[in-house]
Amino acid sequence: MPKINKDSTLNITFVGIGLCLLCSAIISFIAIQLRSVQENNVVLDMQKKIVSSAGLDEVYGSVENAMSNIKTLIIDLDEGEIVDINPDTYELSKELREDGKYKFLSAEEDVASIKKREKYSKIYIEYKDDEINTLILPVRGYGLWGILYGYLAIEGDFNTVAGLEFYEHKETPGLGAEIDNPTWKSLWKGKKIYQANGEVSLKVIKGSVMKTSNNFSYEIDGLSGATLTCNGVTNLIAYWMGSDGFLNFINNLQKADV
Amino acid sequence: MSKYSEILFRPVFKENPIALQMLGICSALAVTSKLYPTLIMCVALTVTVSLSNFFISMIRNITPSNIRIIVQMTIISSLVILVDQALKAYDYETSKTLSVFVGLIITNCIVMGRAEAFAMQNPPGVSFLDGFGNGLGYSVILIILGTIRELFGTGTILEYEIFPLVQNGGWYVPNNFFLLPPVSFILIGLIIWALRAWQKDQIEEPEFRMSQNSPEIVPNPPPTPSSKASS
Repeated sequence: MPKINKDSTLNITFVGIGLCLLCSAIISFIAIQLRSVQENNVVLDMQKKIVSSAGLDEVYGSVENAMSNIKTLIIDLDEGEIVDINPDTYELSKELREDGKYKFLSAEEDVASIKKREKYSKIYIEYKDDEINTLILPVRGYGLWGILYGYLAIEGDFNTVAGLEFYEHKETPGLGAEIDNPTWKSLWKGKKIYQANGEVSLKVIKGSVMKTSNNFSYEIDGLSGATLTCNGVTNLIAYWMGSDGFLNFINNLQKADV
Repeated sequence: MSKYSEILFRPVFKENPIALQMLGICSALAVTSKLYPTLIMCVALTVTVSLSNFFISMIRNITPSNIRIIVQMTIISSLVILVDQALKAYDYETSKTLSVFVGLIITNCIVMGRAEAFAMQNPPGVSFLDGFGNGLGYSVILIILGTIRELFGTGTILEYEIFPLVQNGGWYVPNNFFLLPPVSFILIGLIIWALRAWQKDQIEEPEFRMSQNSPEIVPNPPPTPSSKASS
């Protein structure tokens, strides 16, 4: 091999360009090879959260089985009606950027501190013998450090909670992040959302719920050291189950007017 | 043969990158609250530092010295991107937990430090070993931290319950302090103390010494009537 002057301008240019080209080619190749697997992972992860919010992964044995019984729909939140939009192309972050597809919330409307609410929402319905068995609704609201994103699953009576699962949050590990704790999540199952007068009463309280409490079926044990996170959860339930959230749609479902 | 094992194992205890060279501490604080992500992080770093040492050493004879840092960074960041992509494809859950910290291996001083200090002067084979050894040294400390923090912070090891928690009807009240990053500082400090008690040659010469109480070093002149009068 001839001795090259490695500090010559020619060699600097050659090594610089050559190395960059080589590295970028390798990275692009690998990234393209892995893209389909990665996208699949993201979809699977989301499906897992959707299905497990309602505990359906246990009912059906696997996420895939459960998904085959679940229908994805886009609804208009103001009208409370199903609209004909392809759910596969729907993305919440995109909806919240596009003019006319979201509305700003005034301070008193904005119970869950989310600032903007989308016009269309993507929901999931599990059917059993052609009857609605579970309704899985996307909810979000501000916790302590950031917005909590999750799914609230409601049973076919549109009042009983089937489960709650958060798929994204920034809460403190060990304190607020205990909203992911399976024991705490299991407390939600069977709780009721609406009082007889239609008011949203489900909330997370401070401390433990007394078995003898009048509101036993409307209250969830608080997480110690995570008051603000718990308030955030209470607020997001109040907002999304209220008239600005899914109430119109639920009322329409009850009238079987969809 | 002993030369190779020396290169491989010296960084584990004798010249540990975290405990002696004090490099790569930020990721040691950030990712060790659970053991499983810690293990993945250790593998990611070990792969990166071994391969980056290998490739940097391979082209060391044609690397222009003016742009050698840029060349090293290009190779290191390409490898980190590959590791990150692979993780996203094959262990999505953990990659979500580790989030930016895999990407931050690029700025991990161990990788850059070994490239500059070892790989630029040595052939690829031993450079690879040196990188692997340093990866092991990093992993040993991280695994110790991860085990202690997960055990006392959540009562589990690799999600397997060791101390039954009060919430689940057991007796152990989890110590949330162990889940916060500062506890790693304290633990690393204790590890360094233990290592230096064992390997005395790691103790550095103090940079300065506290002076003795002044009367012994600068003996005051015996008080004279005149000095008394002047004060």
